[in-house]
Amino acid sequence: MTKSRSVINDRVAPNPVNAEGVIKGSVQLIHAVGMHARPAVKLVKLAKRFQCQIAMRVAGRVDWVDAKSLTKVMATRAARDSIIEFEASGADASAAVAALVTLIAQDFPDGGH
Amino acid sequence: MASPSARFIFEGRTASPGFARGPLVRIDQAPRTSRPPGTRYEEESALRAALDETADQIATLAGAAGGDAAAILEFQLVLLEDASLIEPIFATIAAGTAADAAWSQGLAEQIAEYQAAPDEYQRARASDLIDLRDRVRAALIGGTGSCDQIPAGAVICAEDLPPSRFLEIDWSEGGGVALLQGSPTSHVAMLARSRGVPMIVQLGTLPRSAGTALLDGGEARLELDPTDAQVAAFETRRVAHVRASALTASLLTGPPATCGSETVGLHINIQRIADLDHPDARYADGIGLMRTEFLFADPAGMPDETTQLSVYEAVLHWASGRPVTIRTVDAGGDKPIPGFTEDGEANPFLGVRGLRLCLKRPEIFSVQLRALARAAVQGKLKVMFPMVTLPAEFIAARELFSGVVAELRSAGTAAALPELGMMVEVPAAALTIDAFPAAFFSIGSNDLAQYVMACDRSNGALGALIDPLNPALLELIRRTVEHGRRQGLGVSLCGDMAGEPRCAAALLRCGLREFSMNPASLARVKQSITAFGRERAP
Repeated sequence: MTKSRSVINDRVAPNPVNAEGVIKGSVQLIHAVGMHARPAVKLVKLAKRFQCQIAMRVAGRVDWVDAKSLTKVMATRAARDSIIEFEASGADASAAVAALVTLIAQDFPDGGH
Repeated sequence: MASPSARFIFEGRTASPGFARGPLVRIDQAPRTSRPPGTRYEEESALRAALDETADQIATLAGAAGGDAAAILEFQLVLLEDASLIEPIFATIAAGTAADAAWSQGLAEQIAEYQAAPDEYQRARASDLIDLRDRVRAALIGGTGSCDQIPAGAVICAEDLPPSRFLEIDWSEGGGVALLQGSPTSHVAMLARSRGVPMIVQLGTLPRSAGTALLDGGEARLELDPTDAQVAAFETRRVAHVRASALTASLLTGPPATCGSETVGLHINIQRIADLDHPDARYADGIGLMRTEFLFADPAGMPDETTQLSVYEAVLHWASGRPVTIRTVDAGGDKPIPGFTEDGEANPFLGVRGLRLCLKRPEIFSVQLRALARAAVQGKLKVMFPMVTLPAEFIAARELFSGVVAELRSAGTAAALPELGMMVEVPAAALTIDAFPAAFFSIGSNDLAQYVMACDRSNGALGALIDPLNPALLELIRRTVEHGRRQGLGVSLCGDMAGEPRCAAALLRCGLREFSMNPASLARVKQSITAFGRERAP
C-alpha cells in the first residue's frame, strides 16, 4: 500500500459550486499502475450509487466520459499521477464528487460499502 | 541430428512455473453457428435473458472462488451492466439484427480497442471481453461451453483461457495450461500463479490432437506424445524441482550469503515490472539491473516523462528501501527501436548503441533523465549508463543529468542527482577503468565476453569460444573488482554468468561480492556461494 504518501490533502482540490449548480472536483491518481481494472471497477461501482450524472476526464484532455461506464473509464487509460476531474449535476452531486475524490485520494482502499 | 520426437516439443513463455503430466485436452471456441433472427421483441428478450444467465454464472463462480478471483470476475460483472456497452447493442437489434450477431459486433469493437492498446496489461484485458462474448453467445445459441468432461489432471490447451473458464476447472488433481496465445500479465496467469497451476503462454501452434502431454511451466516447454525416455527425464526433473523448491525456501529465508568474513550481495535483474512477481524476487538484496528498453518498445512512440516516472516509482516502491539500479536505455545492437536507433548499420553491435546513441539524441535521453531525477527523491535509486567507452562520454552524460536536475528544481519540481555508475562491457573501458569518475561499476559480462573474444554470442557455432570462464574475461573482471576495492567503489556483475552456479567460485576468487541475476537463479547461486564460503571459512 502507499501509506507513505501522506500528502492526500495537498492533492485534493476543493469542490466549488458554480452558477449552474455543477459540482466539480479534481484529484491526483496515485495508484501505482494507473486506472487498471480493479480501481476502475471500484470507481464505477461507487459512481453508480448516486443518482446524479457524473462526468470525468483526465485533466488536459477534451472529452468527458460517463463515470458510471466501466468501458469509458477504462478507455481513459489514465496514468499514475494524472489529475482526474469530475463534474456532477443533480440532487446528490456534492456527495458523489466528494466520495469519488476521496476514493482516488485514498488509493482505492478495500472493503468499501 | 534432431531426435525423432523433436517435432513434438514446443516452446512458449512462462506464465506460471511447475510440472504437469496428463492427457492433452483442447478446449475449443464457441460454435460459429448463428441463430435465425426473430422479431425485435424476441431478440431483445433473448439477449436480456442471455446477459442475466451469464451474470449468474460469473457471480456463482466468483462466490465460490472468493479473494483475488472474485475481484477479477467483478470486472466482467460490472461490464455486463455497463449501459454504454449494452445500449448500442440493443439499438442494433432494434435496427433489425439478430441478437447474437448484434452482441458479437458490439463486443468486437471493444475487444479490438483493447487488443490495440499500447501496454501489455491493457491488451491482456481483451481475453476478459472475449470470454463475455463467448458466454453470452453460448447462452443465446444454446452451446454448452461447460468443462464437465475434462478429466482430472489434464493439460488444457486453448487459444486463450479466460479467468472464468479457469475457475470452472477442477485443479485439485493437478494439471496445467498450454495456451497458443495469452500473456503472462493476464488475469488468468495471475490466478494460475497464485494457485500453483503451471501455465505456458504464446506457444504459437500445436497439433489438433495428442495423447499425453508433459508440461514444464518454468522452462516454458511442452512435450506431446513423449517417448518413455522423455517421460522418465521429465519425472526426474519434476522430483529435482520439488526437492529444490523445498531447499530454495529454506535457503533464501536463511542467513545472507558470505565469503570468508564478507557478505555477498545477491541482487536481481528485471526487464519489466512483472518480473518482480517471481516468488523468489522478494528475497533479493535489491535490484542490480533494471533494463528500460521495454519502455521504448511501444509502437506508439517514445514514452513520456510521466509514464517513465510511474514505472520507476513503482519499482522503488516495491524495493521499499533496498537499492535499485536502473540502466538508461540501451538501444541498438540487437535491440533496434524505430525512430531512435540508426538504420542500416552494417554491424550494429559495434555501432551507435547505448550511451553513444543517447548522447546523439539528447532530446530523447533528457526525458528519461528527467523521470529518473524525479524518481531519485523517492528511494535508494542508482543510475548507470550502458556501452561507455571513454571517460568523456560518462562526463558528458553526467553533465546532461546535472543540467536536468537543476532545471527541474528551478521549476519547483522535487528532483535529485542519483548516484551515477556505468556498465563495464567495452574492453577499452575495462582496461582503463581508473580513468572513469563513476561512483560504481556493473560488469556486463555478456557483451564484455563477446567483445573480448570477438564472438557473436548468438552464433551457436562459437559456443566453445565464448565460455565465460575464459581467463581473459576473468582477468578483466578481476582488475575491475580490484579497482573498486582500492577506491572504495561498488562493483557488481549483472551478466548471465552471475546466475550460473558453476561460475560462482571463479567470480568470488576474482574478489566479486555483488551478483545480480534473474530471480529464478537466486537460490542456486546462493547455494554455490555458501558452499564456496564454507570451504574458505577460517
